[in-house]
Amino acid sequence: MMNASTAIKAEARNLDFFYSNGMRALKGINMPLHENKITALIGPSGCGKSTFLRCFNRMHDLYPGNKYQGQIVMHPDNTNILEHGVDPIEVRMRISMVFQKPNPFPKTIYENVAYGLRVRDEKNKRTIDDKVEEALKGAALWNEVKDRLQDLAFNLSGGQQQRLCIARALATDPEIMLFDEPTSALDPIATANIEELMSELKEKLTILVVTHNMQQAARVSDYTAYMYLGELMEYGETNNIFTRPTRKETEDYITGKFG
Amino acid sequence: MTTEMKASVLKNLDAVRAMISRHKRNDILFAAIGLIALMLGLLTLLTLFVDLVMDGYPRFNLKFFSDFPSRRAGEAGLLSAWVGSALVMLVTFLTAVPVGVAAGLYLEEYAPKNWFSDLIEINVSNLAGVPSIIYGLLALGLFVYGFGFGQSILTAGLTLGLLILPIVIVSTREAIRGIPVAIREAAYAVGATKWQVVSDHVVKYSQGGILTGVIIGMSRAIGETAPIITIGALTFIAFLPPSPVSDVAPYLNFEWLHSSFTVLPIQMFNWLSRPDHAFHINAAAAGAIIIVLTLLMNGTAIYLRYKIRKNIKW
Repeated sequence: MMNASTAIKAEARNLDFFYSNGMRALKGINMPLHENKITALIGPSGCGKSTFLRCFNRMHDLYPGNKYQGQIVMHPDNTNILEHGVDPIEVRMRISMVFQKPNPFPKTIYENVAYGLRVRDEKNKRTIDDKVEEALKGAALWNEVKDRLQDLAFNLSGGQQQRLCIARALATDPEIMLFDEPTSALDPIATANIEELMSELKEKLTILVVTHNMQQAARVSDYTAYMYLGELMEYGETNNIFTRPTRKETEDYITGKFG
Repeated sequence: MTTEMKASVLKNLDAVRAMISRHKRNDILFAAIGLIALMLGLLTLLTLFVDLVMDGYPRFNLKFFSDFPSRRAGEAGLLSAWVGSALVMLVTFLTAVPVGVAAGLYLEEYAPKNWFSDLIEINVSNLAGVPSIIYGLLALGLFVYGFGFGQSILTAGLTLGLLILPIVIVSTREAIRGIPVAIREAAYAVGATKWQVVSDHVVKYSQGGILTGVIIGMSRAIGETAPIITIGALTFIAFLPPSPVSDVAPYLNFEWLHSSFTVLPIQMFNWLSRPDHAFHINAAAAGAIIIVLTLLMNGTAIYLRYKIRKNIKW
């Protein structure tokens, strides 16, 4: 966990974000995402951590009037994914996302995982079958659902649904995976499963996770960023942040004096 | 506790109980008024329906459906009327559904949200309240004379299609709005375009609601009389339009679209306006059939909605 700095997969440079009502939700954020590492975003409600996360797959573009300033540069191609010329769909093809509440489509388990492939014009049934199996295995769900792939996804439990959503996000071989409080709607056992899964997934890809749960950040992440009122207050290796925070605010938040 | 205190507690308790039972009288009073109000509406309708059924009872046989209208009441039937209604409904369905669903989808998913789309939205809702005879006048000018469609099934179908368009648009939009943001975002997040989100998800998950709106619109259209009279449907038709399907290629023909026609409510209206009481029996039977048709259509709408929604719980 504490090995020396690895390659940087993406970095935010002077990132500002304005909601359509004019509110400046992010203020001059500079932060790297290390490749094959888990970076956790922590901070009190309304601090902008979800807003920051959703910049990475241009989710804000779905709602008119939102505005980005600054850059998020992806490596190795050095693409600024916030640039006007870059299609948000292209960004979402490279960066996938898992949401706070499990949000499977009202389709079968199989179709949920296959959807990303269908959107990518994959027509070959064998390829899709293989990819679906691989993704479900990757999301540690295969053994539980392999005999009922044609069941509706809604029949799964909450934790299974969330792993299905991870499989859906995984099936398209993303470079970065975003997790927006992925366990806040789950019970402790399902939470432990997801956390374990995230640690396995980072072998293949880079993870950015928003969490409300300090212990979770400490358990799973390699790097932690503490945000407050739209600013990045402190960023560093998780061990350092949790044992020797340099700022008083960070320490207060982590120790539960505030937030 | 002294006896005096006990007495005072008991006295208070009596007063509280008296107050509660006084207040509860209002409950009973309102329940009675509400029940009467409900029964006034329901019983009137029920009486009307039972009356129609009893009056029309002698005519409920297959012959009534397979006979053309006639000068002799006992031999007159509904054949041309129900065939006319069915064909008009077919045109209505084929025009109102694609146009209404596309318009609803556009307004909800694609149209930029500004004062202009607000204006359109308000007007679409208002259109649903425009008296149907106004649509008849519009259709007379536009379809009958403007486009030269004449007093045909096509004109009637298009007119009723226009009439129920607002219902289809509004129910489409409501059905679409019922889809959670999280589901849309999930689809966008894997890289779907707007059209992929709309066609793979939005349309599919809102089918139940859209279908309900369509059927309710159709059940309104099937009983509409005023606009059909305005465009000049005939009241006495003793022939059928040419068949829409034929036994030679291309197996479809569209001559029926230009045929003159009559529909159930107009046939009923025609019988009702005859002085001979025997025809009134026919009218009652036709009325009962229209009501049953409407109930059946609404019932189907409720059933389909239930069936489709059963598999979708947000």
